Amino acid sequence: MKRLEGKFNSFLYAVCALWLFGFVALPFLAVLAISFLSRGYSDFVEPVFTIQNYLQIFDFVYLKVFLSSTYLALLTSLLCILVAYPFAYFLARSNERAQAIGLALVMIPFWTSSLIRSYALIAILKTNGFLNQLLIKLGLIDSPLSILYTDWAVMIGMVYTLLPFAILPIFSSVQGLSKNLLEASQDLGATAFQSFQRVILPLTSPGVMGAFLLTFFPALGLFFIPDLLGGAKTLVLGAAIRDQFLMNRNWPLGSALSVLLTLGMFLLLAFNSWVKKRVQAPEEEGAF
Amino acid sequence: MKGLRLVYMGSVLCFLYIPIFILVLFSFNKATFSTDWEGFSLQWYTKLFQNQDLLEVTLNSLWLAISSASLSTVFSAVLAILFFRFRLPAQSFLKGTLYSLLMAPDLVLGISLLILFLAIGLDLGYLSLLIAHITFCIPFCFLTIAARMQSFDPSILEAALDLGASQFQTYTRILFPILKPALLSAWMLAFTLSMDDVIVSFFVSGPSYEVLPLKIYSMVRFGVKPEVNALCSLLLLMTLVLLFLSHRLINSKEVR
Repeated sequence: MKRLEGKFNSFLYAVCALWLFGFVALPFLAVLAISFLSRGYSDFVEPVFTIQNYLQIFDFVYLKVFLSSTYLALLTSLLCILVAYPFAYFLARSNERAQAIGLALVMIPFWTSSLIRSYALIAILKTNGFLNQLLIKLGLIDSPLSILYTDWAVMIGMVYTLLPFAILPIFSSVQGLSKNLLEASQDLGATAFQSFQRVILPLTSPGVMGAFLLTFFPALGLFFIPDLLGGAKTLVLGAAIRDQFLMNRNWPLGSALSVLLTLGMFLLLAFNSWVKKRVQAPEEEGAF
Repeated sequence: MKGLRLVYMGSVLCFLYIPIFILVLFSFNKATFSTDWEGFSLQWYTKLFQNQDLLEVTLNSLWLAISSASLSTVFSAVLAILFFRFRLPAQSFLKGTLYSLLMAPDLVLGISLLILFLAIGLDLGYLSLLIAHITFCIPFCFLTIAARMQSFDPSILEAALDLGASQFQTYTRILFPILKPALLSAWMLAFTLSMDDVIVSFFVSGPSYEVLPLKIYSMVRFGVKPEVNALCSLLLLMTLVLLFLSHRLINSKEVR
């Protein structure tokens, strides 16, 4: 390929490179740097090196946030995948017209504001809301359950918001699956369950991993869902980071928590691509 | 078995759609606090259009989304073209930065930009929001446009240059027209992302320039408000129209 040529092109390149450096690389590096500095009293940060911020994460308070947030995110991902897998599988196995309609119906919530969608859940979950009215009419319960402003509501909200993000990658990996392999396994005498467990599941695992990545990390960060549905009782890592910056004014600790979140994400991504390379999975589209 | 499949898929879709459906339905409800249907009324929409404050914030958000979508589309198009045509200095650094931008949590981008703006003394307002929104839209626009670039024959550019076109003209006469469908869908993507963003805006907006998602956020933190239902329904409608349009564009791209 050619080297950069022409004054106009060089000018454009300079603008792009400066923008990406100034507004992406530099601020990210600043967060990394601040996570190793001390908390200042007149300013936000004092230029004294310390690893205190990382040690502080192991304090009981932050460890608890870290663990409860990870637990919530894991459970959310797991539920999303469990609900999404059969849906994506059936959808990828239906005829073209049904696929187009089904995919469009999944894309619409994918693109609508997750704030609006979480807000829409309030009317469903509140004490005299639709879920309770339905359950009472069906005779399943006598008095309304209180779901809104509990951990359950946060969980439902997370799954509700993130479900499309789990369906799409699984759908594309099931779609890439060759039908011949399935027929071969059945011809060779596998039961339906065996061919699912031995053939389909391993081959669609990149999609499942994609679904995990696209649901787990947002679930750690989406602080407005517990704010709206959980009465802010459940602490999400994202909310803890936000509070360090905007309320406690402890930038170094907030930065250390952000670095940890980002680092965890990149480690999992690296692990994911390492696994992918090893199994030489069929290429999936649209799942990044 | 087939019936069971349909029931399962139907119930997942119901789970996804019933809350949205009820939100839209109750934006037309007469009652204020009740979850019972008390008859059709447009009063919340009328109330919405009389709320000067909310209208102003809506215009803020629309203007921010239009300007940041336009600038990030141009930016990403230029970046995609440069990547496609040339071996660039510090190429792997730029690629790494783009990749980190795509993968890093919104929250981390928000706070890192907040730190930068405070450090350089930029007031939080339209400009800080614009920079932040352009930045988080770039990787999505870049991917959309770069995918389209793949099917482009670079010898056309060589021909144009040999026939005496300037580098500037290769952009305005060849590259942008060819990329038009991709540019439009990148624009719409960026517009939606900007209109819906809560997390990044949360950190980089100031009282001088309020945006709609944050306004809605502060309004609904303590329960359901019928005029917010009306507002959200209108926003949903807008997203739907944009999705439909970009879908049409992508399809027409395939036909060519």
